[in-house]
Amino acid sequence: MQKYSVFNLIKNAFSGHQNWEVAWKDPTPKKSYDVIIIGGGGHGLATAYYLAKEHNITNVAIIEKGWIGGGNVGRNTTIIRSNFMHDANGRFNEFSMDLWRNMSQELNFNVMFSPRGIINLAHSDAQMNAYARRGNSMRLNGIDAVLLNREEIKKIIPMADFSDDVRFPIFGGLMQPSAGTARHDAVAWGYARQADSMGVDIIQNCEVLGFDVVGGKIKGIRTSRGDIKAKKIGLCVAGSTSILAEKLNMTLPIETHLLQACVSEPVKPLLDHVVTFGAGHFYCSQSDKGEMVMGGDLDGYNSYAQRGNLPTLQHVLTEGIAMFPFLSKLKMLRTWGGIMDMSMDGSPIIDKTHIEGLYLNCGWCYGGFKSTPASGWTFAHTIAQDKVHKLNADYNLNRFSKGYLLDEKGLGTKTWIS
Amino acid sequence: MLYIKCPYCGIRAQTEFAYGGDATVKRPELNKEITDKEWDEFVYLRKSLRGKHLEFWHHISGCRQWFKVQRDTATHEIFKTLKPHEEL
Repeated sequence: MQKYSVFNLIKNAFSGHQNWEVAWKDPTPKKSYDVIIIGGGGHGLATAYYLAKEHNITNVAIIEKGWIGGGNVGRNTTIIRSNFMHDANGRFNEFSMDLWRNMSQELNFNVMFSPRGIINLAHSDAQMNAYARRGNSMRLNGIDAVLLNREEIKKIIPMADFSDDVRFPIFGGLMQPSAGTARHDAVAWGYARQADSMGVDIIQNCEVLGFDVVGGKIKGIRTSRGDIKAKKIGLCVAGSTSILAEKLNMTLPIETHLLQACVSEPVKPLLDHVVTFGAGHFYCSQSDKGEMVMGGDLDGYNSYAQRGNLPTLQHVLTEGIAMFPFLSKLKMLRTWGGIMDMSMDGSPIIDKTHIEGLYLNCGWCYGGFKSTPASGWTFAHTIAQDKVHKLNADYNLNRFSKGYLLDEKGLGTKTWIS
Repeated sequence: MLYIKCPYCGIRAQTEFAYGGDATVKRPELNKEITDKEWDEFVYLRKSLRGKHLEFWHHISGCRQWFKVQRDTATHEIFKTLKPHEEL
């Protein structure tokens, strides 16, 4: 594989950048593989990469219905954080943070990881108490957390609404300084390029039509490009999980819902952090191009549409303007939507299934992007060793029937409200 | 914007309504011994269909009645609305 470096950049300049190697190949599917990963998004590509790198399993195919990185890894608002209260979520996402910190070097691809810090604003004394509790839990798990009062917040984000007569005055906030953002497309491309270089077949425009299960054991898949056999199959398809689960006669504790995001026209740098509104659901950061990147609530009803509806966008941006009044002066540049695999307790599932050789990775709700490296790493471990790692042991499928829910926000099973 | 026909009030804008989830989920009978599996199915497991989906809506900023809607989850086309006791 050709290394990306300043020397190669100069060398290729002499030939007008016409002779760069392709970043990944476009192979024809083989008859059989050791492992097939269904879904060429961030999590699927990361899984294939860690299967090859950590477990030396390279006879692997990624099967993608569309093009790699065309789903939620290219549609999210790029926020990376580990500000969780529950031990299992904190441990898992802090492990993810460690992988993020070294990702550009490891993948030889600049993912532009920018640990600029995230601030969750609080708008009442009760919310400050809740944030103090969450911050303490984070620090007990070795995650950085700082509780800030109103004056400290005002120094960091003076453009927020600090006037006295507002409906939701800013009391303070909880900050995780090591949180941040990354360039989401680069994450998909970086993992794809490295996985391809180690022998993984990335097969795009290939839809999974069905599964071959014999005697409770997975044997292969039927696709729009022919039948492919495999010893092990990993499902990594986010919002499409229920569609494939139906083909396997499985019913899962998830529902697919639509989440929108939008960016404004670009403006000069003014927001140095990721900031979330605490009296509703709105978050905002500024991209390197200067656009304000924003998101918030789900559209609120089951949806596979991959495009949103205006009432929700209006509601979300109303919250945004309550927090940052200057947003009302900006024009929206783009809006888009992605379909989320909302789990019934808000936490993901990375587990084996009742079918031997079939592994499940789903339930990422809003927050799949930040977990991409840890999800790939633990899913690769689960597939390669045929057992869960201690990092994803609590993300098991039977926690629902057993009553061991991981409900970080305490919201319950109405997934469209959360 | 979706336009939903409330069976009691007629066609109104989506913003008057609140969603209530899958209407095909059946609560296990009261005062009957039920297994963990039955309870799991009722509380947590959802088909989450792509295509025609029967769901509850609540006319929360209107007549405050609950009713059922058959809607396509990919196109959002609404085929039919029913009173809660009515079947398709």
